Amino acid sequence: MIYLDLFLGFLKVGCFSFGGAYGAIPLIRDVVLNYGWLTDEQLTSMIAVSESTPGPIMVNLATYVGSTQAGICGAILATFAVIFPAFVIILLITALLRSMLHHPYIKAVLGGLKPCMIGIILATGLYMTVDHCLIGKKLDMLAAGITIALAAIMISYKKHFKKKLSPILLIILSGIAGILVYGI
Amino acid sequence: MNIFSDLFFTFAKIGLFTFGGGYAMISIIEDNCVDRKKWITHDEMMNITVIAESTPGPIAINAATYIGFKQARLLGAFIATAGMILPSMGIIYLISMFFDRFLELAMFANAFKGIKLAVGLLILDAGISMTKKMKKSNLSSAILLCALVVMLAVNLFSIQVSSIALMTISAAVSLSAYLMKGGEKK
Repeated sequence: MIYLDLFLGFLKVGCFSFGGAYGAIPLIRDVVLNYGWLTDEQLTSMIAVSESTPGPIMVNLATYVGSTQAGICGAILATFAVIFPAFVIILLITALLRSMLHHPYIKAVLGGLKPCMIGIILATGLYMTVDHCLIGKKLDMLAAGITIALAAIMISYKKHFKKKLSPILLIILSGIAGILVYGI
Repeated sequence: MNIFSDLFFTFAKIGLFTFGGGYAMISIIEDNCVDRKKWITHDEMMNITVIAESTPGPIAINAATYIGFKQARLLGAFIATAGMILPSMGIIYLISMFFDRFLELAMFANAFKGIKLAVGLLILDAGISMTKKMKKSNLSSAILLCALVVMLAVNLFSIQVSSIALMTISAAVSLSAYLMKGGEKK
């Protein structure tokens, strides 16, 4: 049943998305591609839209997937599922167990979860970047060219201004590059 | 204005005007809830950031729940969180109704061919920043490297290992390492 799948799928995302939005993206990819709710291509476009619209990225992605799969009820259910674990855990910590996070066992568990999450994020970013530059097994010269140009802009911006180029600005730039290279 | 509508509209405003999620939101929340409304202190805000890093879910939701609960217990937490998510839910719901048709236009399809390249880079960049900030030890570096290699293999050869399984194993390994040291460390 789609409602149950949406709820359980996004509940898993909500339970394990340590490290904020970028931690959630690999998990959402896992769930969404496994169920075949979106193609990799659709999901990537939607990640860009979620970056460029207000609100938490996780909430935006959950709403979108829920809505395209099962209308407004799906949207509400998926969004509720993705924030529910965070809501409950914060209530527990603030109301009852202020010192919970300092417990050595919890610290040890988090000490394993965080580096694993970072490894997963790196792998996802690396795979997506390389995969987008390939057509089948051949290098797509145009896409590789744009990728290198964008990476160069990100790096030199950071060197020059001592802060990161905003994601929205990068998305706008890449959209313009897409139109210039592939035509209107 | 009573506290409930104040919580709702303050967080709805934050939800409506912060782009990019996560850490971009922290400074806006600080500006509204610490400097203007004085709902929490600066130290508490720092505390929320630390807690948010160690708990799953969107950071903005963690902050809204914490501040809402402090002001007006359970109902406050619920209303602040609802305020936080409703604006973006509404916007994305509208987008979801026409996004596919929108992509059928050649110009936008081409723009998105460029944009998807940026998405991969953004995720990679986030991963690199997090690696730099991570507290490094032999164990944490080993876990990071293993997770990286396994996830690359999963993507390349379509093996069925979920990231959640990987995280559970990492947590178990880290906990056993701690227990084997007899709990001296930390």
